[in-house]
Amino acid sequence: MTGDELCIPIFKRLRQDGTLYPDDTPQGQGNVSQGDKSQDASPIQRDPIERDTALKIYRTMLFTRVLDERMLAAQRQGRLSFYMQCTGEEATVIGSAAALQDDDMIMAQYREQGALAWRGFSCDEFMNQMFGNERDYGKGRQMPIHYGSRDLHYMTISSPLATQIPQATGYAYGQKLAGKGQCTITIFGEGAASEGDFHAALNMASVHRVPCIFLCRNNGYAISTPSCEQFAADGIAPRAFGYHMQSIRVDGNDVIAVYEATLAARKIAVETNQPILIEAMTYRLAAHSSSDDPSGYRSKKEEAIWRDKDPILRMRNWLEAQGWWSEEEEKATGDQLRREVLESMKRAEKLAPPALDTLISDVYDTPTPLLTQQLEDVKQHIRKYPHAYPKGAASMGFTAQELEVSRKAYQARQQRMQSHQPVDGGQTS
Amino acid sequence: MNMLQAINNALDIAMAANPRVVLFGEDVGVFGGVFRATSHLQDKYGRERCFNTPLTEQGIIGFANGLAAQGSTPVAEIQFADYIFPAFDQIVNEAAKFRYRSGDLFDVGGLTIRTPYGGGIAGGLYHSQSPEAYFAHTPGLKIVMPRNPHQAKGLLLAAIRDPNPVLFMEPKRLYRASVGEVPEADYELPLGVADVIREGRDITLLGWGAQMEVIEKAAALAEQDGIDCEIIDLRSILPWDIETVCNSVLKTGRLVVSHEAPLTGGFASEIAATVQERCFLYLEAPIRRVTGLDTPFPLVLEKEHLPDELKIYEAIKQSLNY
Repeated sequence: MTGDELCIPIFKRLRQDGTLYPDDTPQGQGNVSQGDKSQDASPIQRDPIERDTALKIYRTMLFTRVLDERMLAAQRQGRLSFYMQCTGEEATVIGSAAALQDDDMIMAQYREQGALAWRGFSCDEFMNQMFGNERDYGKGRQMPIHYGSRDLHYMTISSPLATQIPQATGYAYGQKLAGKGQCTITIFGEGAASEGDFHAALNMASVHRVPCIFLCRNNGYAISTPSCEQFAADGIAPRAFGYHMQSIRVDGNDVIAVYEATLAARKIAVETNQPILIEAMTYRLAAHSSSDDPSGYRSKKEEAIWRDKDPILRMRNWLEAQGWWSEEEEKATGDQLRREVLESMKRAEKLAPPALDTLISDVYDTPTPLLTQQLEDVKQHIRKYPHAYPKGAASMGFTAQELEVSRKAYQARQQRMQSHQPVDGGQTS
Repeated sequence: MNMLQAINNALDIAMAANPRVVLFGEDVGVFGGVFRATSHLQDKYGRERCFNTPLTEQGIIGFANGLAAQGSTPVAEIQFADYIFPAFDQIVNEAAKFRYRSGDLFDVGGLTIRTPYGGGIAGGLYHSQSPEAYFAHTPGLKIVMPRNPHQAKGLLLAAIRDPNPVLFMEPKRLYRASVGEVPEADYELPLGVADVIREGRDITLLGWGAQMEVIEKAAALAEQDGIDCEIIDLRSILPWDIETVCNSVLKTGRLVVSHEAPLTGGFASEIAATVQERCFLYLEAPIRRVTGLDTPFPLVLEKEHLPDELKIYEAIKQSLNY
């Protein structure tokens, strides 16, 4: 038997114009075998997402879009070293987060800022991490967008791809032992799913029956690599069956489909301790990162097709059809969010960098004698050349004036060196 | 007790004392591990706390990292240290950096990784390696290597309870060969602290794990020549006890370091460089490193490859005659 006949349908609920698919359309049927929507009465008569939740999701999507646009611009202006946008994938990450309980663990890859925003991470908290200032929970150690929050149950992001997937399996195993009815969701791209850690994680999750949801954002590209060079089979979803795991493929630009699928997956995970794989089909509308230019590997025409499927616009159409949102609210909210982001960025930029002592804290629970000595060596060195290490010197209490004195002394020394050079012909060092 | 019994006893005590201690790895469940270090523990504590995993080292340590981050105390077993490399990424990029990168929001301090290491058992390339130096270059990790049953129990209990991820490397050649008095009670030996096994005047001999037995034999040979050796078991590779080692060399003026792992990039290099920096004026002879050759670990010529007591004895004499 070959897998050619296995082509998993896409669970869809919402058309781009904001109307719902009729409940009996074939593509409206997902294949989560338990708890799916097929037995529900016509969903057009009831609200798939209740009003307050829907509006919170939508505002979070708008905030994420505004944040992304503003921060990419800040990176282009040289105010920020690096950035990654969530653009086009807001429905996937926010719709899924909205279907979880607040104390479920989220272990994400890096393009899931929307899920963190959903949980209430403030604009200032985002900014503090990106600018690595003294209020960054991560103490300025990681690149921008590597967020984490213990209070919001959002595991700190790390750059190595897919490493969080088996960690999510282990985390969920601990939740199962604790028996408090919580689960873990881990979110990753279709490229990361090629890592060995993906295989290890899903297999172990099935064998050890853990309450974990594996959510793959299949956005068509891993940097420049299109998905046809990532895998030969029908995407990520069917891999679950080889692990004896349930699976569903959803339209990742359809917030209702993502929300309902995650809700059903959570119920299965928590009630039966069975892991679930969700593959959300979407498109990375933005560049991979601020260091990437997609024009080298894909066409504007292709991007335009997907821009027409914008998940935010789709949800807005639905909200307006419900009478829950208007042109005026759209404009007022957009203006207010842009103002909030800009003001927050200005505040974060002005804050001091982390204290010099944070160089050696948290390597271990307490610094070793060797680390303490290395910090002392660095401090002694900074005392000699404070102007060369303005952040550390400020942390040690050097004033701007003292830095200037140091800078001038060093410049004078360099000038003496240059004027001496012709004397020995630059041959000796 | 032999070393395996001491380790089994330590795991039993740790599991009884803390319900969040969870053991897993390949074949550690009902079978009790290929070396039987986890014998009877599944019977006693149930399948949820002592279980087999699929055969995937990166999965085992990834799982362990997640479980530790959740607040449990995982004790993961890698069947042979030779097979720890698939988990290198999860150990070096994840476990070791978990606390630092999150600003202490999250940590995997509960994690202990147990793994049998070392040669001398006709294990060839992939059942003999001593990979401690690969991990010694990894801030955030602790590395511990016991030399006998008493040390194994006390250090393992300390490792499991230490609030940092610990790589606990067990000298499998001594699993059954090393037998000694081990208290039944719960006790811990400190991590990061070397053990001066024997005081001496003329030269400092330094090693860890199974190599201590070899070093002690070399010291006995040298003693017949009237050479009074000071013998130190480093016990912890990371962080290592610089003070104890340097104090000894300041006294003796000579140092021989011996390990099974290859010379180039081996941990003896780190020790030699540090001692040279700190004890420069007191050194009477170059620091000698007696180690495995810079080759993969051979099968038939294992004895020739390994730094045995005769090779160490020769290094001692050369240092004294320098």
